[in-house]
Amino acid sequence: MAELSVNMTSRKVGDKVSVIDIKGDVTSASEGVLMQAYEEGGGEKSKIVLLNFSGLEYMNSGGIGMLVTLLVRANRHKQKLLACGLNAHYRQIFELTRLDDAIGIYDTESDALTAAGAA
Amino acid sequence: MGMTPDTPEEVPAAPASRDQGNWATPVSKLKVGDLPEGALNRNVEGRKPMSPIQGFGKMWQKTYKVKVGSKVTPQELIATWKQNFPMFWPPNNFFYGPLTGIAPGEVAVLNLSMPGKLKLSTGVLVLYADDESFTLMTPEGHMFAGWITFSAYDDGTGNTTAQAQVLMRANDPVYEMGLTFGGHAKEDVFWAETLGNLAAHFGARDAKVETQTVCVDKKRQWKRAKNITKNSAMRSGLYMTGAPFRALAKPFKRSGSSAKQNL
Repeated sequence: MAELSVNMTSRKVGDKVSVIDIKGDVTSASEGVLMQAYEEGGGEKSKIVLLNFSGLEYMNSGGIGMLVTLLVRANRHKQKLLACGLNAHYRQIFELTRLDDAIGIYDTESDALTAAGAA
Repeated sequence: MGMTPDTPEEVPAAPASRDQGNWATPVSKLKVGDLPEGALNRNVEGRKPMSPIQGFGKMWQKTYKVKVGSKVTPQELIATWKQNFPMFWPPNNFFYGPLTGIAPGEVAVLNLSMPGKLKLSTGVLVLYADDESFTLMTPEGHMFAGWITFSAYDDGTGNTTAQAQVLMRANDPVYEMGLTFGGHAKEDVFWAETLGNLAAHFGARDAKVETQTVCVDKKRQWKRAKNITKNSAMRSGLYMTGAPFRALAKPFKRSGSSAKQNL
């Protein structure tokens, strides 16, 4: 089985945004870690979930699939899912997989928070 | 007053990601390469790739697994699978991909047998490929919007397991109805047969294929109902219905073009 090399931590910004900092490799094996970070960040109570990818080192198609399942969960709770800190390569992957249709992408965390009205 | 430099300041290039070469380069529309004679190339060229987000129906994650044994490593299995992908498909279904095998960015045309002797023409984009997995993404008009990831792993006992995992929504209301009334079962049979053939190729003749189905999202996305305008089954059916008329019109077309040449 593949060794898990990802770290995801969550923090609250104000009372409506939960930021999940992602560091390392995002694959389908990271699902448990992501869902735990989502719950620790307030779960369904947050209005906005911001994924900060500035520490992302590797992502495969399983990782993209995992983001789709998180998106479904966020939609179910009427939460907005945003992303920031993607480098040019991963931004292209979000475009290719058309995740950018449903996940708002921003260059930096402060851009995302400003757009979300939480800065 | 500030001066604008003639040459922009050089920004150090970001280090290439480890997965850089594993992904297809972004495409807005698919382009089909050369195909063998007899391949029906409809509903692929110029179509956009679709993720499960753009689909209509309920979202499903279906996982098919088979234990292949210890004679092959996950990497060897994936190399063989990528190189000979169509070989393991059930009969009367055709995958027209590049001769070199599955590689990121390649587009393949699929001709699938459907009820009523209908030949459905659609395609896939190779979204991702590495040594242990590869993923195909469907275009507009395909039965479903989503991805199929084929992978292999060591189960921890030195035995290799091969897996196909589909994350999908039916593309439009007609497909949703078709999948509900027998389509899902047919798809399960298709991939079970494929994995069975793959296992048999590596010597595991009677290996049992396990299937796990999870409904990820029960909601249908009605705003995507208009995807029906690109439905490849309906378009393939219309194309096949028109075949006799095209055959009748062919001689007139030829004489028309030769008449033009004689002018």
